[in-house]
Amino acid sequence: MAKQMHDTPMLDQLESGPWPSFVTGLKRLAKDNDMMVDLLGQLETSYETRKGYWKGGTVGVIGYGGGIIPRFTELKGDDGKALFPAAAEFHTLRIMPPPGMHYDTNTIRKMCDIWEKYGSGLIAFHGQSGDIMFQGCSTDNVQPAFDELNEMGFDLGGAGPAVRTGMSCVGAARCENSCVDEGRTMRMLVNNALDDMHRPALPYKFKYKVSGCPNDCMNSVQRADLATIGTWRDDMKVDQEEVKKFVATRGRKYTIDNVITRCPTKALSLNDDDTLSVDNPSCVRCMHCINVMNKALSPGDDKGVTLLCGGKRTLKIGDLLGTVIVPFMKLETDEDFETLEELATEILDFFAENALEHERTGEMVERIGLVNFLEGVGLEIDPNMIERPRMNPYVRMDGWDEEAAKWAEHKTAQ
Amino acid sequence: MSEPRMQIESGVPEMEAYLHPVLKKNYGQWAWHERPRPGVLHHVAKSGDSIWTVRAGTQRQMDLYTIRKLMDIADEFAEGYVRFTIRSNIEYMVSEESKVQPLIDKLGSEGFPIGGTGNSVSMISHTQGWLHCDIPGTDASGAVKALMDDLYDEFVKEEMPNRVRITTSCCQINCGGQGDIAINIQHTKPPKIDHDQVANVCERPSVVARCPVAAIRPAMVNGKPSLEVDEKKCICCGACFPPCPPMQINDPEHSKFAIWVGGKNSNARSKPTLHKLVAAGVPNNPPRWPEVSAVVKQILAAYKADARDWERIGEWADRIGWPKFFEKTGLPFTKYHIDNWRGSRNNLNTSAHIRF
Ligand code: HEM
Ligand code: HEM
Ligand code: SF4
Ligand code: SF4
Ligand code: SF4
Ligand code: SF4
Repeated sequence: MAKQMHDTPMLDQLESGPWPSFVTGLKRLAKDNDMMVDLLGQLETSYETRKGYWKGGTVGVIGYGGGIIPRFTELKGDDGKALFPAAAEFHTLRIMPPPGMHYDTNTIRKMCDIWEKYGSGLIAFHGQSGDIMFQGCSTDNVQPAFDELNEMGFDLGGAGPAVRTGMSCVGAARCENSCVDEGRTMRMLVNNALDDMHRPALPYKFKYKVSGCPNDCMNSVQRADLATIGTWRDDMKVDQEEVKKFVATRGRKYTIDNVITRCPTKALSLNDDDTLSVDNPSCVRCMHCINVMNKALSPGDDKGVTLLCGGKRTLKIGDLLGTVIVPFMKLETDEDFETLEELATEILDFFAENALEHERTGEMVERIGLVNFLEGVGLEIDPNMIERPRMNPYVRMDGWDEEAAKWAEHKTAQ
Repeated sequence: MSEPRMQIESGVPEMEAYLHPVLKKNYGQWAWHERPRPGVLHHVAKSGDSIWTVRAGTQRQMDLYTIRKLMDIADEFAEGYVRFTIRSNIEYMVSEESKVQPLIDKLGSEGFPIGGTGNSVSMISHTQGWLHCDIPGTDASGAVKALMDDLYDEFVKEEMPNRVRITTSCCQINCGGQGDIAINIQHTKPPKIDHDQVANVCERPSVVARCPVAAIRPAMVNGKPSLEVDEKKCICCGACFPPCPPMQINDPEHSKFAIWVGGKNSNARSKPTLHKLVAAGVPNNPPRWPEVSAVVKQILAAYKADARDWERIGEWADRIGWPKFFEKTGLPFTKYHIDNWRGSRNNLNTSAHIRF
């Protein structure tokens, strides 16, 4: 039997309305869980005072330096005692899900049982960084909870200045746009860097995200230090019979207004017989026409990935999008995957050695310049990496002749 | 004493064991898909196999009774497998069309909204807030719950010009990420320094280094080493707070919300873009944050009425221009919208392109 519930008039107002209510869930847990009773008490206090009351600390599991988010209450009386003692420790375990966040029901039921035994019973599917977040655990219970989850085949994710939990889209498992085995790619990238995930010693966080096509459902361009995005380099596939059917059902005007004229590079043209011409060298693989006419159009056969580096959120110089560092590479054979693994290791090592404290890759590249970064990790320059050439003369160019010769060499080598 | 158990450093688990058999069989071999109704996807593989997916909204922060209920539904009405989307929607996969309606009915009767597909407003991706973070200016789950109550209709329908992805962040450094609409804490006053605490806990050089505008200086206060903030320089970003809790940035009254639009990660049509400030000074008003809802609904209504098919909010603003955006949404245009951070000239109009 749990202790008596605190009054929660503010939180109670979040129980009404059609969307599922987490407050109702917390209250259900509190019926037989003291930690939840007091968690509700502290949360209600935050709602009243508009202040947060958690502070960090150090809590971990044997063998690892990260992956647990420690939380200790700061809501204390004059005597220094916690006002809501049963929730005075409320740590989170970040656990990495399988790629694509697929589960069978037994796995999730087992996770629930473990969390019923050791934790508060509150689980987030999933945190923004892609972890299953087992929220609400006392310091003493962190180790046994982890041990049981670990025995199930699950491992801690990243936290702090470390490689973070990766994310990959549903992709090949259930999406016709998929140009790469997203799950394999993400698993390889993260599992190759487990040491830097579990023993945080990087300048700052480092994230891998994988999207199977340029729709970028994993939001990798805005969030990943290394974004891997599927694409293709031969012609897109057009089923002209399906094109005709599309035009017949949706109409010419719709097709022109919503497909033809919406192509960013004017690569599409509707023929008089309602078939479609695609100027493939002009197509930038934006995905729009394929999204709209997904039965008629699809990516080509010569698939691979584009790599971008340096996406991040606000701190410290403002939000940055990733920029292209490899316009195209194949990612099919074991050797292809090894090549990517080696490159990712180079990039992570370069970041570890050259970034300033609390600097993300995007900021580092901005500080040292893309060319220095590429030289550091052993990548060739490519005009696909730029939006336009420089617009200022402030650069010393006495190496021009050698650089021009390198380009000529590069072209004959192709 | 017995040896401690050592971890098995297994990393990300393999997916195969957790995949629905139809997905496993047709991995990488899908041909096309359609959406028979909002919240339902029908994917067809090259083999001719079909899979129907039913997507339902959840509260993300779930109690284990809710989770077990969702698993019971999966066992009874689906085929024992689920997955989650990046926005915490749960997806059930069934290999026969006849199973779709009973599943929808069951989820509906248990209070889970079916939707979030296509041109809908999907679940708001959100963060931790007062529930679990150590630096939040507001709550996340509560604000999202209140807003999703208000946007419920747009979740279960697909009536927007294109998909709308909303994010929230409970501090300015911002886990929520970019969005068509982003609702983020925006502090309006410099941190109040708790000098006694600085002397005790603070690693001063790392705090000084964290400030984007070099507004923090080491100083002696009451004979003890502390910090001072040049309040003229300070941009109230809150970056000094995580490394140094005495830099109290959160303020019940002066920590407000700013609302941003036009973040887009997809490459479809236009290139990916970052979101832009459109409104600020919105009060942080728990438990239901009605002022936030009002602004979001104002923006959505204008977008729904005026954007063309397939235009995301940012693309719509680009076509009609910012003067019209402010006109149509009824939001005030202020000097704060004019960028003065690094690279700001890129955000000015360097042409005579004016819409009349
Ligand atoms: C004490 C400091 C911090 C704590 C405790 C913290 C905690 C967290 C947590 C719990 C999440 C997952 C959120 C969720 O899913 O609900 C997260 C994600 C995130 N955090 Fe932080 N964070 C901190 C500092 C920062 C800083 C300084 C930045 C940016 C410079 C940052 C950027 C992000 C981003 C972008 C995500 C989303 C992850 C993604 O999109 O992959 N965080 N953080
Ligand atoms: C054939 C067409 C498409 C399919 C099958 C599809 C499928 C999906 C799926 C399954 C997800 C969830 C991914 C996950 O959580 O693992 C998703 C998310 C997403 N999709 Fe698509 N999608 C399609 C087209 C598009 C289009 C046209 C856009 C943008 C114009 C787009 C943008 C996004 C974004 C931004 C997300 C991120 C998740 C979110 O914010 O909710 N997708 N898509
Ligand atoms: S990123 Fe592309 S391949 Fe992956 S789920 Fe989205 S649309 Fe499909
Ligand atoms: S994928 Fe995009 S760029 Fe290529 S043809 Fe289609 S609309 Fe044009
Ligand atoms: S957005 Fe800020 S306050 Fe909110 S969970 Fe992330 S770090 Fe914490
Ligand atoms: S709030 Fe931001 S600008 Fe102000 S002192 Fe702190 S880090 Fe510097």
